[in-house]
Amino acid sequence: MSLIRKTAAELGALIAAREVSAVEVAQAHLDRIAEVDGRVNAFLHVDAEATLAQARQVDESLAGGESPGPLAGVPIAHKDVFTTADMPTTAGSKILEGWRPPYDATVTGRLRAAGLVILGKTNLDEFAMGSSTENSAYGPTHNPWDLSRIPGGSSGGSSAAVSAYEAPLSTGTDTGGSIRQPAAVTGIVGMKPTYGGSSRYGLIAFASSLDTPGPFARTVLDAALLHEAFSGHDPLDSTSVDAPVPPVVEAARQADVAGMRIGVVKEFAGEGYQPGVLARFHEAVDLLESLGAKVVEVSCPAFSYALPAYYLIAPSECSSNLARFDAMRYGLRVGDDGTRSAEEVMALTRAAGFGPEVKRRIMLGTYALSSGYYDAYYGQAQKVRTLIMRDFEAAFQQVDALVSPTTPTTAFPIGERADDPMAMYLADLCTIPTNLAGNAAISVPCGLADEDGLPVGLQVMAPVLADDRCYRVGAAVEKAFESRWGGPLLSRAPAL
Amino acid sequence: MSAITRDEVAHLARLSRLALADDELDHFAAQLDQIVGAVARVSEVAAGDIPPSSHALPLTNVFRPDAVRPGLTPEGALSGAPAVEDDRFRVPRILGEEE
Repeated sequence: MSLIRKTAAELGALIAAREVSAVEVAQAHLDRIAEVDGRVNAFLHVDAEATLAQARQVDESLAGGESPGPLAGVPIAHKDVFTTADMPTTAGSKILEGWRPPYDATVTGRLRAAGLVILGKTNLDEFAMGSSTENSAYGPTHNPWDLSRIPGGSSGGSSAAVSAYEAPLSTGTDTGGSIRQPAAVTGIVGMKPTYGGSSRYGLIAFASSLDTPGPFARTVLDAALLHEAFSGHDPLDSTSVDAPVPPVVEAARQADVAGMRIGVVKEFAGEGYQPGVLARFHEAVDLLESLGAKVVEVSCPAFSYALPAYYLIAPSECSSNLARFDAMRYGLRVGDDGTRSAEEVMALTRAAGFGPEVKRRIMLGTYALSSGYYDAYYGQAQKVRTLIMRDFEAAFQQVDALVSPTTPTTAFPIGERADDPMAMYLADLCTIPTNLAGNAAISVPCGLADEDGLPVGLQVMAPVLADDRCYRVGAAVEKAFESRWGGPLLSRAPAL
Repeated sequence: MSAITRDEVAHLARLSRLALADDELDHFAAQLDQIVGAVARVSEVAAGDIPPSSHALPLTNVFRPDAVRPGLTPEGALSGAPAVEDDRFRVPRILGEEE
């Protein structure tokens, strides 16, 4: 089997045993990128020489008897919203075109230390705002299952890269579903850890109370290995949780749901859900029952208000966070001809540097925080957030984990919702409650929808700091489905 | 409810430091009106006595020891600046002519 088809766990073991070199593995992936990325457009930046230099370094360490960890020498692609001191970081925006950050994000730094080899930076919706990667200033990424469709968003470059075998692993960020939704629509695994479980230091901020770095992989175990490698307390992020990393790798190996109580959220169904998505979801629920889980229906009434609450809270935080793009200290500066004031230059730069969705969200947030509207909008949304947290707490008193479809539909065609913000926002219907409550959730493949033959994701939600339960349930589902299907879902994707 | 007018968008754009073109004002007015109409649904929730949550986890202020540690060098801090002069960020005029 070719190197690009192997899992990260397999590659790490082969490299550690020195049966294959990190350089060979890196070269195989660089070749794949050269072969398919012209059509997929998952990457914004690739530097083959720099990648091979990192791989050589890992090979030298291993030759010297050092072992930085189970993923040493395994290639990875980073969402271009994590700062990297040796590569440009754009956040998918013209306002940061060509910017080279002066420091590494904690996530990128920890993965370097663990010996992972960076292939490049992946495309995203500008500042991680979107569900399709069409909001990138650098053109859309294409879904490897059907190049005319979206790969999800905002981490669509990272999902497409892993789904197209350009990288075995990638990083993403999940603010309203930006890891789980792209994973679902490209037939791979994507995990949103508990908020604060992974560091935001060096992550370009969108909505600080929601942003959560997390892993993409083709298997549940690979996602767990990556999760473990970058997680844990970070004193540089004041919202980082000072607690042990949940035993995610052990849970992924356990892959057993016998005796677990699993809840189906009643509110995640009805209008807007594609029949083929619901059919695959119900099949997954039956599967869990056949594996020995006890399945019950639970009600979370406040979830019906999660989408409106999110689209007040996230834009409010974004309008504040993006004020830092002021054309003074880094990034684009437009119109500084000596006659204009700093404020005029700032407004011209922001108008030229931000795309339409970012402008919409900044203005929406500014509106929601305005005096006279604050209580009715932002204040009320924060109260709804409390009710959503209470719904989760009540549900987790009855069950160990909750399940739902990850997204209401499969991947939609590029362009279909591009200028219809409300239609685009519906893609996050099932993923948003978890962001507002801060708990953990994973998306794992659960089949192809009958209507269009495209991947469907099963979402598994667990309480705060019980991330291991997501992996335990996810791995059990993966194992049972793969034995039923005769291989991974991705093996059914058309050749690129 | 809600009616985001063109004038209101112009006001929001000024507050947000976005120099929008005329056609953008019209386009955004229609879209923001639709979005605000949809998110206003939060008002249907009876939440009078519910405390607001700004954050998901019960974290309080976090302090670190007041110890000296390495920071960015001046070169690092200025490395992405649009304009630099004498180891400082060079910025356009901040005060108006009359000030």
